[in-house]
Amino acid sequence: MHIPDGFLSPTVALPLWGVSAGMGGYALRRASRELTESEAPVIGVVAAGIFAAQMLNFPIAGGTSGHLLGTALATMLFGPWVAILIMTCVLSIQALIFQDGGLIALGANIFNMGILGALVAYAVQQTFRGLLGDRPGARYAAAFASGWAAVVMGALATALELSLSGLTPASVALPAMGGIHALIGIVEGLITMSAVAFLAAVRRGLLAERPVAGRVPLWIAGLALTLGLTLLAPLASSDPDGLERVARDLGLIQAERSLWNAPLSDYVIPGLPNQALATILAGMLGALLAFGLVVAFTMRRRREGGSS
Amino acid sequence: MSGTHFHFHDPYQPLESPIHRLDPRVKLALALGFIAIATLLPPGAWLAYGLLGGTAWGVAHVSGLGVRRVLRRSVLALPFVLAALPVIFTAPGPAWWTFPLGPWWISVRAEGVVRFVSVLLKSWLSLQIALVLVGTTAFPDLLAAMRALGVPRFLVMTFGLMWRYLFLLVDEARRMLQAREARSVPPEAPSQRVGGTLAWRAQVTGRMVGTLFLRTLERGERIYMAMVARGYDGEARVGSLPPLPRGERILLAGGWLFLIGVLILGWAF
Repeated sequence: MHIPDGFLSPTVALPLWGVSAGMGGYALRRASRELTESEAPVIGVVAAGIFAAQMLNFPIAGGTSGHLLGTALATMLFGPWVAILIMTCVLSIQALIFQDGGLIALGANIFNMGILGALVAYAVQQTFRGLLGDRPGARYAAAFASGWAAVVMGALATALELSLSGLTPASVALPAMGGIHALIGIVEGLITMSAVAFLAAVRRGLLAERPVAGRVPLWIAGLALTLGLTLLAPLASSDPDGLERVARDLGLIQAERSLWNAPLSDYVIPGLPNQALATILAGMLGALLAFGLVVAFTMRRRREGGSS
Repeated sequence: MSGTHFHFHDPYQPLESPIHRLDPRVKLALALGFIAIATLLPPGAWLAYGLLGGTAWGVAHVSGLGVRRVLRRSVLALPFVLAALPVIFTAPGPAWWTFPLGPWWISVRAEGVVRFVSVLLKSWLSLQIALVLVGTTAFPDLLAAMRALGVPRFLVMTFGLMWRYLFLLVDEARRMLQAREARSVPPEAPSQRVGGTLAWRAQVTGRMVGTLFLRTLERGERIYMAMVARGYDGEARVGSLPPLPRGERILLAGGWLFLIGVLILGWAF
């Protein structure tokens, strides 16, 4: 999943560098609220530890082996912002020294495996915590699911970037990368889960007491998750009936098409039929609308609560 | 993400050569420029690729790393090429030849082959120059150069710390793998399954990760205490590099001019 240099077109690689730099800076600010800068040595050593932990592999079948990526584990232990910093360091050193991933592609790699991975993992963990509470079983389920989701979402983002660079059609890249990593993700999930279970048994305080740097509001986590799932929904089946039907009934698909076809007809993702793209856009728009309503409602309720 | 991708030795080769003596800032800026130009070149700019390749091999030769060594190591990252394979069949344009595959007819397209080979070459060239960069520059020098080129102080400091403990922790991981191997029976054939279910094996690995993580965290805290005891106050005092001498500045400008020339050449012809 480490994209080498030369594969991404500049129009994909350079904006992602910008996104990663911006998000990295934001993560640094958020993390430094919790961790004083003098604690930076711990981050450096933990990053080296994640790097080393990626070596711990185990045989799966037929000569292949699986190992940990570690984004979800870092997120569970340190919160998303510190995890983003840790993964940024790990991926940078891998690219710089070991040529594991390119330097111009580093922005994309940090985005896929660090930023997206940590945010998705955090969204999953927060959702599980919100639904099931702080029971240990819920924590293990969250560890498994967030490990799986971080790997799969990272792979899908990689596939999307490759197809936006004109290398493989999205209709090939997304199912192929998604399918393989849905299996690899199980390994990641299992390792993350048993590492968390081990740490919970040996050092209970590590998981419970460690302050989560910069807690993301639950609604942002939920929004990210919903948008991610919206992206996946129409790709999962060739006939995306439910969401598309809703979108069509609401007239969203037609509206999206007339909007997007005229000025941006070149921007249709190659291999991804217009239909699916329209569905994704419609779904995202719908999700944004729904969340806007929820946020507006909550804020109004909070204001009322404050005045009374 | 499966399999191991790392080559666990410091890639730096302490040799005596003009490339080794070059200021790390010049090397880093030129290597990044090289990779950026390779990324920006259009598909099928063979002459420009040739010039970049000649440069990379020339530098590898002068640096004493040797073209062969760089070539050998550069092959290791090529499996990713699979990701670009579909472009051969899906690019627009006329078909070169068409062959049946089961019920489908697959066409190899000229445009697709050009794009595929271009991606391959660009990726390969970028990799080689990166190999030369880390092969001729010691990591502390690279850190100072990164700092000079505007990488945030916190990141540079963390990279430095990470580097210091990386090999130590990798050795720790290796010892754990060795210990596990010593306690396991190897399969007689690679396809044969030994030792528990997949979930069990993942669990064992997860506990190893947990153990490694605890040791890492404890080590990190110990290091922090030791640093505080020696007067660390959150400020990393990195020796700053002197201003670039005139000769190196001319070299930097010349290198960039050459790279921009290659880019113009690539787009013009």
